[in-house]
Amino acid sequence: MSDEALSLTVNGQAHQVSDALPGESLLFVLRERLGLAGSKNACEEGECGSCTVRVDDRLVCSCLVLAAAAAGCSVTTVEGLAQEGGAATGADLADVQQAFLDSGAVQCGFCTPGLLMAIDDLLDREPDPDELVVREAISGNLCRCTGYGRILAAVEMVAAGRRDAGGTS
Amino acid sequence: MSPTDVAVRSRDRVGAGPARIGEDAPRPDGVPKVTGDFAFSSDLWHADMLWGGTLRSPHPAARISRIDVAPALAITGVHAVLTHEDVPGSQTYGLEHPDQPVLAVDVVRYQGEPVAVVAADHPATVRRALEAIVVGYEPTEPLVDPEVAETAPPIHPDGNVIRRIHLRHGDQQAAERPGLVSVEGTYEVGMQDQAFLGPESGLAVPDGNGGVDLHVATQWLHVDRDQVAACLGLPVDDVRITLAGVGGAFGAREDLSLHVHLCLLALRTGRPVKMSYSRDESFYGHVHRHPARMWYRHHATPDGDLVRVEARLLFDGGAYASTSAAVLANATCFAAGPYRVPSAEVVGTAVRTDNPPCGAMRGFGAVQTCFAHEAQMDRLADALGMDRVSLRRRNALAPGDVLITGQRITGTLPVVEVLDACAGHPSAAVAPVEPMARPGGAGRTADADHIVRGEALALGFKNLMFSEGFDDSSEARCVIHDGVATITSACVEVGQGFVTLVRQIVGEVLGTAEVVLEPASTADIGSAGSTSASRQTWMSGGAVQLACEAARGELLARLAVIHGTAPVDLDLVDGRVVGLPDGLSPTLAEATGEPVEATVVHRHAPTVPLDADGQGDAHVSFAVSAHRAIVDVDPDLGLVKVVELTTAQDVGRILNPRQALGQLEGGAAQGVGLAVMEEVRVDEGRIRNASFTDYLIPTALDMPPVEVAALVEQPEPGAPFGAKGIGESPTISSTAAVAGAIRAATGHDLPRVPVRPEDIALHGTSGDPPPEEAA
Repeated sequence: MSDEALSLTVNGQAHQVSDALPGESLLFVLRERLGLAGSKNACEEGECGSCTVRVDDRLVCSCLVLAAAAAGCSVTTVEGLAQEGGAATGADLADVQQAFLDSGAVQCGFCTPGLLMAIDDLLDREPDPDELVVREAISGNLCRCTGYGRILAAVEMVAAGRRDAGGTS
Repeated sequence: MSPTDVAVRSRDRVGAGPARIGEDAPRPDGVPKVTGDFAFSSDLWHADMLWGGTLRSPHPAARISRIDVAPALAITGVHAVLTHEDVPGSQTYGLEHPDQPVLAVDVVRYQGEPVAVVAADHPATVRRALEAIVVGYEPTEPLVDPEVAETAPPIHPDGNVIRRIHLRHGDQQAAERPGLVSVEGTYEVGMQDQAFLGPESGLAVPDGNGGVDLHVATQWLHVDRDQVAACLGLPVDDVRITLAGVGGAFGAREDLSLHVHLCLLALRTGRPVKMSYSRDESFYGHVHRHPARMWYRHHATPDGDLVRVEARLLFDGGAYASTSAAVLANATCFAAGPYRVPSAEVVGTAVRTDNPPCGAMRGFGAVQTCFAHEAQMDRLADALGMDRVSLRRRNALAPGDVLITGQRITGTLPVVEVLDACAGHPSAAVAPVEPMARPGGAGRTADADHIVRGEALALGFKNLMFSEGFDDSSEARCVIHDGVATITSACVEVGQGFVTLVRQIVGEVLGTAEVVLEPASTADIGSAGSTSASRQTWMSGGAVQLACEAARGELLARLAVIHGTAPVDLDLVDGRVVGLPDGLSPTLAEATGEPVEATVVHRHAPTVPLDADGQGDAHVSFAVSAHRAIVDVDPDLGLVKVVELTTAQDVGRILNPRQALGQLEGGAAQGVGLAVMEEVRVDEGRIRNASFTDYLIPTALDMPPVEVAALVEQPEPGAPFGAKGIGESPTISSTAAVAGAIRAATGHDLPRVPVRPEDIALHGTSGDPPPEEAA
């Protein structure tokens, strides 16, 4: 056991994790020690993207990041997406979350949190990507249910919505 | 969260009014799934819980001389280490035949077979404990060749032949008449993994009275419960299984995995125990799609009328039976595809080997034979000098026709409509401009001037519901109280959208948006059967419909007595009772201050087992699908890019267009995967690619757009709302279409899927049959 508590800021909230083993991944600490189970564990080897979170401004597979390496950083998970994205519009959900529902992008939902994080990050960087850019950007996020068609439709819906809103996000 | 918080008991009000059949009704579990609040089985947590883990055999075949658990038990934090000696009830389980040990007894028959299980205070402690268990293995020569298995010494007391079906239909000398055109081919399908994303996981909680509550992701709660109780040596009522959130299934959760292990550990330690497989363990922890070798010979008149189809099908079931017998029946019954075939002989055999166990996967036997019969149809058309679509249309089955099982089609089967819609749909495919869109994509990209394009079409054919006399009924309850309809069903939601459909059915029958769907559990209701075989919309959707109608009937009968009128004069319209005297028209809420309740069991029309000749009315209903694939190939590098898929499907009636589209697109993706990339590589009984690094499934860059040419709606008699199950068809014909398109692009015969780069680039250089370039 580490003597020093681990300081993590997750979705704007500061946490002190005192009982983590040194080798625990950020994903494990989020899920099992902080009770934030929204980030998923489909492969835990960095291939599927279901654990995708943002650490400071970088999109990462949280299964590949040691919790200790994220100490002092600001982590955003799917649980923080609504407050962050919804706050801009006063809605309960971020636009990308709403678009997933409206376009039918959710089936079993296991890939959903990671894809939401990846798409939110993409559209922050590139507000109006063409389809091939979107496909490349989410190619690190596996989905086994949808064949990606409705997910691509959701991205287009968000991009269009942000265009209509005057390019602000 | 506590286990009681686990299931989604949603009294939601998504949308303004009642959901209706035929609408894009929203998923009631949608919001928790996009916020991260939805509890999947791997998210289960209990303040007092231990972690479980499984020790698996590193050998595909070995005798076990000894197991010493003492070193593992000595580790601080380890609470239990169990072997077969700790299984109090039946040592074996199985969906059709209980032939698979809970924990290995003296021998192991496949690599990854569970040998011991551990409960400890942390996953890291579990791993250390598993490493500390001493097992004495004496490896033996694994039986890995399914063709040898038939005659090899049995590797299991039940023998090596799991099932053989010798189907004979029509005049067995039909092919002997002169002047027929015959084509012959041998085909092979590799082992596919379901690759659901949510790992096998669950939480078992002892009830303190010798019983146990298991929260788990599965496909069929009651049959799980029966198997678990038998292995625990408990009455079934002492084992209660409640559905935890399911991260996809596709057949891989139809068999037990960690269910008994978790319950054993929970009962031994007296503590809740959670277990969650890692991805590599998941490849060893569930059954796969059967690899198959298939020989075919088709005979037709020079005009293109099919005369006779002969086939030999060999399915490798791996070490344990699972659903091999039923998979084989499907492969055999649908071996000829959706065509009129007056004479047939199909010999189907499923064998036991020391390879990984195989069982259910979306398409269930019809995927393998579709790949073969569609390659044969293309080959036959070429031999006849006929257009490939015309040959299919000429022989297409229609209602009233007889299958090779002797069963007459009494329902709808729009084969020609599906075929013509798909074949006639304009293509939107253009030549790839950007390198990322070419074969090889982000990796070694094909040069633009090396790319050849090919196109092909395939038809798929399969049954809906369980077959051969199986009564896979579904029970549902509807309670209406203060206007709220509470539905109880053990139907498993795996992502397909049954939870949405329940709201639509309730809305349609009762006119209310106030719907509560209780958690699916064995404790509250009878079996709903499995979420498989494209059956839950029909079976459990039908059960919910009947329960709602019965509750409505109960309500109207009660009101009729109170008001001195006849029930037939009353109705429920837009959430109000109409037809009462004195202009009374209470709302559903006003009329159900006193609750009404109805519980019904829904059964499909009975079927019969196949007879000794593989004949009989063994199936309930049928569905057909078509895919047209366009592919780009770099023949030198062997790289393939699937450019476009077009589909048409026989759906009976569409209940939720958006969810239906999701099934068509997602199912096609799994078919694309089998065609070009997905294979569990097994070498001398050992899996070589048990990870998402090495077992590839289609990404967004691999998957083309899916164009839906038509959803052919011909309501199926006897089906609730006329709807056919639609989940499996998209996976059946897509693989065959993509493989056909690669053949068309390259001119190679490519008799095996997945088509690997070397199959294209090295074609004809390594003992393959000579290419049929002229064909």
